[in-house]
Amino acid sequence: MTATSPARTGQDARTPGPAGPSGGSGRHAGLRSWRHRPNLVAGLGAFVWLLVVGVPLYALLAATFQQSSEYRSAGPLALPTDPTLDNYARAIENGLAGFVLNTILVTVGVVALVVALSVTAGYAIVRTRNWMSDSTFRMFLLGLAIPNQAVIIPVYLIIVQMGLYDSLIAIVLPTAAFSLPVCILILAGSMRDISDDLYEAMALDGAGSGRTFFQLVVPLARSGISTVAVYSALQAWNGFLFPLILTQSAENRVITLGLYEFQGAYRTDIAGLLAAVVLATVPLFIVYLIARRSLVSGLMGVGGK
Amino acid sequence: MSVASPNRDGLTAPERSPARTARSGGARPGAPRAGRPSALWGLPALLFFGLFAVLPMVLVVYLSLTTWGGLGTPQFIGMENWTRLVGDPVMHQAIGLTVMLTVGSWAVQTPISLLLGVWAAGRQRNRAVLSAIFFVPLLLSSAAIALIWRALLDPNFGPLAKIGPMIGMPGLDFLSSESGAFGVILFVSAWQFIPLHTLLYQGGARQIPESLYQAAEIDGAGRYRAFWHITLPQLRNTMTTSSVLMVVGSLTYFDTVLIITNGGPGHATTIVPYLMYEAGFQNYQYGYASAVACVLVAVATIASLLMVRFTGFGKMRSTREGM
Repeated sequence: MTATSPARTGQDARTPGPAGPSGGSGRHAGLRSWRHRPNLVAGLGAFVWLLVVGVPLYALLAATFQQSSEYRSAGPLALPTDPTLDNYARAIENGLAGFVLNTILVTVGVVALVVALSVTAGYAIVRTRNWMSDSTFRMFLLGLAIPNQAVIIPVYLIIVQMGLYDSLIAIVLPTAAFSLPVCILILAGSMRDISDDLYEAMALDGAGSGRTFFQLVVPLARSGISTVAVYSALQAWNGFLFPLILTQSAENRVITLGLYEFQGAYRTDIAGLLAAVVLATVPLFIVYLIARRSLVSGLMGVGGK
Repeated sequence: MSVASPNRDGLTAPERSPARTARSGGARPGAPRAGRPSALWGLPALLFFGLFAVLPMVLVVYLSLTTWGGLGTPQFIGMENWTRLVGDPVMHQAIGLTVMLTVGSWAVQTPISLLLGVWAAGRQRNRAVLSAIFFVPLLLSSAAIALIWRALLDPNFGPLAKIGPMIGMPGLDFLSSESGAFGVILFVSAWQFIPLHTLLYQGGARQIPESLYQAAEIDGAGRYRAFWHITLPQLRNTMTTSSVLMVVGSLTYFDTVLIITNGGPGHATTIVPYLMYEAGFQNYQYGYASAVACVLVAVATIASLLMVRFTGFGKMRSTREGM
């Protein structure tokens, strides 16, 4: 199974065991030098950044458990004296559940579409040897850095012409398209790690490209596929511009847009808004807990957009 | 499917050698040819991407030559939008602001992410817990982050209304002044993106061979000399990747600007993507907005070409190398 191991490097080197190629291995026992002493200046800097990240997050959580009146009187950093779930209840009353459901539908659609398209395209790009696959790959590379905003007007025009305006599909299609370049790049990388001998063995076995795809490529590109799934799910879950432009009615509202509308509608109810923000992020935290590795590598891909 | 037949063009390999050498797992010459899939496998993705990404890029150029209010058909008007664009003071300001935001973001985010990343790659005991907290902003959407900060900075209902009087500045409102609003955008985007770049640098720093540091120590170099002469040069590639991502990313600060400042006060935070949104979806001048979008496409294309050129993404290798 040497084919899969290169793809694993750099995923999580937190445990530099004997198999961890990226973890440092040279520990000279006894030689207590600067390399093994804690770096106080750096530690202090990290602590400062911890405050910069942690204090707002604490203020966020604290606010959501405070009564609105208490939030205004006690100040932002006080511990809630009388914790309440009212804010969460209000967020749900305001239709959050429906927005979450819409977002789940959009996310499932985007992930299904992106995985189907990028895995097949990755296979063609890696294994086909002709000008077409090369130029396909170049086109996707060029598409890598095209921001959504740059083409939102024609996308809007196309969606209107297709009669899809104000539907969940209208969000799914462009979101999937704009996830493709990064996903194809990730998959092409992970498929190149599959050794040629395995393809030869499949060919000798009489397998056509379809069987090779399902029995060799898909199983061995597993880690790449899960990265791609997580990346596209993040794009769909957190997407804002496409829903903002391409949908209108409340029944097609996804969570990011729902939060934005909350802000307009309940300007003074900051605690309720923040509770909705927290609820909207819970699913991602669950994914984080279950699939940390895929999430981290998926996030690496997010940087590309 | 006969497409799986041995590669027909196998014998014309020499003229294809550039592509061949670029593929890391290249076949041994003379080895039995494995079945090659037809390029048709890539067609669905190609058509889909063509319809929703490539076609719009062509269309946006055409639309920039038209006037269109969102209803009916766009009317061709030639270069009118472009002449207006060149003379539009708001566009000039938007370009200036976008450049300032890009440069500012880079200058703020790079040193912090680099230092945090190098620190997080070490072996401190509390590192795992701290890294987990650093990680949280990555899970929040940019809309959520913008909403959180807008709430926290609200001059009437947010914590600032409490903290202001405490530090002797009642009525403290960053968002009401031009430089304050710009600073908030710069800060919020740093808050949002530094964790990602920290991850990149952490990965890069972990790839540096320990032996280099051992050698440095034997040569009598201290921690800071080692940082300057080993860590920094070794992180060169990571820095390129991260910098390009930052530059491209600062073109997409739209959500943050829309939610926190609405481009204001005045036009103090109207960066190019926001100007495009405002012209198109608020003033219904889609033709003019398309011209603005063309500028974005041009900048983004240049950035992506640079990205392909300098980061090795185009070398058809595993993308995770160097991360």
